[in-house]
Amino acid sequence: MATPTLEKSDKAPEAGFADTPYITATFRIRRFNPEVSDEVEWQDFEISIDPKERVLDALHKIKWEMDGTLTFRRSCAHGICGSDAMRINGKNRLACKTLIKDINPEKPITVEAIKGLTVLKDLVVDMDPFFQAYRDVMPFLVTKGNEPTRERLQSPEDRERFDDTTKCILCAACTSSCPVFWNDGQYFGPAAIVNAHRFIFDSRDEAGEQRLEILNDRDGVWRCRTTFNCTDACPRGIEVTKAIQEVKRALITRRF
Amino acid sequence: MQIHKYDTVIVGAGGAGMRAAIESTKRSRTAVLTKLYPTRSHTGAAQGGMAAALANVEEDNWEWHTFDTIKGGDYLVDQDAAEILAKEAIDAVLDLEKMGLPFGRTPEGKIDQRRFGGHSRNHGEAPVRRACYSGDRTGHMILQTLYQNCVKEGVEFFNEFYVLDQLVVEENGVKKSAGVVAYELATGEIHVFQAKSVIYASGGTGKFFKVTSNAHTLTGDGQAACYRRGLPLEDMEFFQFHPTGIWRMGILLTEGARGEGGILRNKDGERFMEKYAPVMKDLASRDVVSRSIYTEIREGRGCGPEGDHVYLDLTHLPPEQLDAKLPDITEFARTYLGIEPYTDPIPIQPTAHYAMGGIPTNVEGEVLADNTTVVPGLYAAGEVACVSVHGANRLGTNSLLDINVFGRRSGIAAAEYSAKNDFVELPENPAQLVEEQVERLRNSTGTERVAALRLELQECMDANVMVFRTEQTIKTAVDKIAELRARYLDVSIQDKGKRFNTDLLEAIELGNLLDLAEVMATSALARKESRGGHYREDYPNRDDVNFMRHTMAYREVADDGTESIRLDYKPVVTTRYQPMERKY
Ligand SMILES: Cc1cc2nc3c(=O)[nH]c(=O)nc-3n(C[C@H](O)[C@H](O)[C@H](O)COP(=O)(O)OP(=O)(O)OC[C@H]3O[C@@H](n4cnc5c(N)ncnc54)[C@H](O)[C@@H]3O)c2cc1C
Ligand code: SF4
Ligand code: FES
Repeated sequence: MATPTLEKSDKAPEAGFADTPYITATFRIRRFNPEVSDEVEWQDFEISIDPKERVLDALHKIKWEMDGTLTFRRSCAHGICGSDAMRINGKNRLACKTLIKDINPEKPITVEAIKGLTVLKDLVVDMDPFFQAYRDVMPFLVTKGNEPTRERLQSPEDRERFDDTTKCILCAACTSSCPVFWNDGQYFGPAAIVNAHRFIFDSRDEAGEQRLEILNDRDGVWRCRTTFNCTDACPRGIEVTKAIQEVKRALITRRF
Repeated sequence: MQIHKYDTVIVGAGGAGMRAAIESTKRSRTAVLTKLYPTRSHTGAAQGGMAAALANVEEDNWEWHTFDTIKGGDYLVDQDAAEILAKEAIDAVLDLEKMGLPFGRTPEGKIDQRRFGGHSRNHGEAPVRRACYSGDRTGHMILQTLYQNCVKEGVEFFNEFYVLDQLVVEENGVKKSAGVVAYELATGEIHVFQAKSVIYASGGTGKFFKVTSNAHTLTGDGQAACYRRGLPLEDMEFFQFHPTGIWRMGILLTEGARGEGGILRNKDGERFMEKYAPVMKDLASRDVVSRSIYTEIREGRGCGPEGDHVYLDLTHLPPEQLDAKLPDITEFARTYLGIEPYTDPIPIQPTAHYAMGGIPTNVEGEVLADNTTVVPGLYAAGEVACVSVHGANRLGTNSLLDINVFGRRSGIAAAEYSAKNDFVELPENPAQLVEEQVERLRNSTGTERVAALRLELQECMDANVMVFRTEQTIKTAVDKIAELRARYLDVSIQDKGKRFNTDLLEAIELGNLLDLAEVMATSALARKESRGGHYREDYPNRDDVNFMRHTMAYREVADDGTESIRLDYKPVVTTRYQPMERKY
């Protein structure tokens, strides 16, 4: 079967990929289980782990080998389902998209639930208010008149106009990093505005005015103080603050 | 325990479940039970595209698509079902567009289409542009769009409800569905949902392998619930191993990477696919490429100190092309491997990807109790089901299609069934099985740990029933699984609480994986041929005389309580395409 003339490249690093030596890292986790106690407790876990692994791997190691009661949400493990936003060393991140070596494992790594939503157990928060704000902005395409037989046409430029905000995985990292949201849970929060933006700037949609009215509310976009926390927190790299600014501008000019 | 009554209950809120819910909510009082928030479902991980012969960019038609699907499935596809899939694909894509899905567009503003493995013009003449897409996050856009439309239609969700049992009642010798039993994660409470019809849309079962593109939560709960109640599972030996998963992690790097010109290389830098598939090379079918990779590894040409991977080389492609066409997967390489795909090749290995088998259904989504009898009121759609449109090997982009076509069909059929029929009376103590299971695990003082058993299972499956199989390796797996099942009885958990007890649920999920692994290995042992994703080194050829038939596996319980698996077979539906040798 072998042919002597296989196309070759010398780019392949000879050594290939291998395990890195394990390190010892301390995870300092904020524990809370009202079934057991009303008190919050910080608990340290010392584990030995490959620093190229994810924080999610470390949490699994702790849960699977040390303390089965440690509770967190997760599913996909590679940053696309939005289950595991948490505060890691004081910053909102996805545990499955954060490598241990990138967050200075020399010092204890703190892990706690995202802020502004009620903690139900350990790293699990009540997501219902977050999803309610999302539902409130009419996050669906609204069109009038008869549907065409084939697809609605949309130019590549019109399609590109709202591409950034279609990437949202509803992880709540942005909303739960927003100081306005911490102080007042009534504020829609960045994620809901991002999802309104996705439709307001979709050339096929005909309910932009209605959505803008919703966001013109006292709990709407005007509460945003442009602190950029949300943009920094977004694991999908969405320019959240920019999207909010664009919605504000559309409210003033009524052009979108 | 709480009892709820709904006309229609849907288990799962991925693409298939939500597509069904949109139809059934319009027609009947519907509840969707899902262990994840709908937008967390693994449909969101799909990258490449969804097939439909729209002919927007070049000549194409549904008959060619039908043929490709049948050939891709190595002729184990039921041809009537494949024809429906390909025909209804066109409306399935147009429906999604009307629901708001932001497809990629052509310069004229139509839905754009691109090439994908196995999809061809005129029965294999040349590749055809059939995959409709949205960047390299098509699945994400499908999942979001369907959820948005569920919000619009007011679909009622029970989020973080785990369905753990299917209630099957026998009336005059006919098995009927009475409803399901679910466990509420937040409270630990058990809920019985009495329903006129039930649709399973609970997804795949990839987590019995270690290296997999599947989410932690894909543990085959729906398949296991039905199987435990005496319903068959079809073609479970057929599992797809995708060639390019990130080394050791299994995270998928789409076939599109090779479509854009990516090349697989061994430790000597050789483009080894030239040896195995001189014409299609790196773009040969998934099963062929996966086997070639492992042949390189076994013959000592794998990379790294363990020699356990090969490279996906994108370094010769312009960075602009990578940024435009493959933004998400190049970011995966940077995030998880710390390498720059512009300049460094990416270490990859085959990854367990897709379950072709599952709960047998007919084309209306009705679940079969045997080769011909339907279970009234019971439906299944999506990766949990086996219609069978994928046969022995699924073509890329045909699953996102499957979940939309058969999700819709089962949603309509189930709601119509609910409108015409009455509730089936619940059995006495409907929650008994689940209550006992939960109590046993909570109170167990056994010494076995869930994570350790699961890892042993996964390592055994990777080593013995992955890309290459022989009588001996499969028997090793069968024995090991039997041992693990025995040890599972001695499993205990640490979290004894009611609130968000994921420790308990992981234990239950492991039980499901063990049951399904046993069915897979047993079905694989009996299939003494090679076809599609099932490759037997001791029987390297396809054997149409003896094995052109679907496997049907049943759980049998003897009077003394011992369990066994009975294998039966179901004919393949052939309409217009006679089996031919599969060459690419
Ligand atoms: C990385 C990746 C890339 C892919 N790319 C493509 C592609 O480009 N094109 C293509 O056609 N296919 C692709 N596939 C395959 C395709 O995405 C899946 O087969 C398909 O999305 C499955 O959809 P589903 O609705 O059946 O299941 P899922 O989306 O997995 O949903 C399952 C649902 O069931 C629920 N559930 C599970 N168990 C229970 C329970 N016990 N109780 C209650 N609810 C439960 C979950 O909460 C979830 O909502 C890809 C797959 C992967 C993994
Ligand atoms: S905008 Fe970004 S941070 Fe906010 S919910 Fe969406 S993905 Fe998460
Ligand atoms: S587990 Fe899915 S985003 Fe982290």
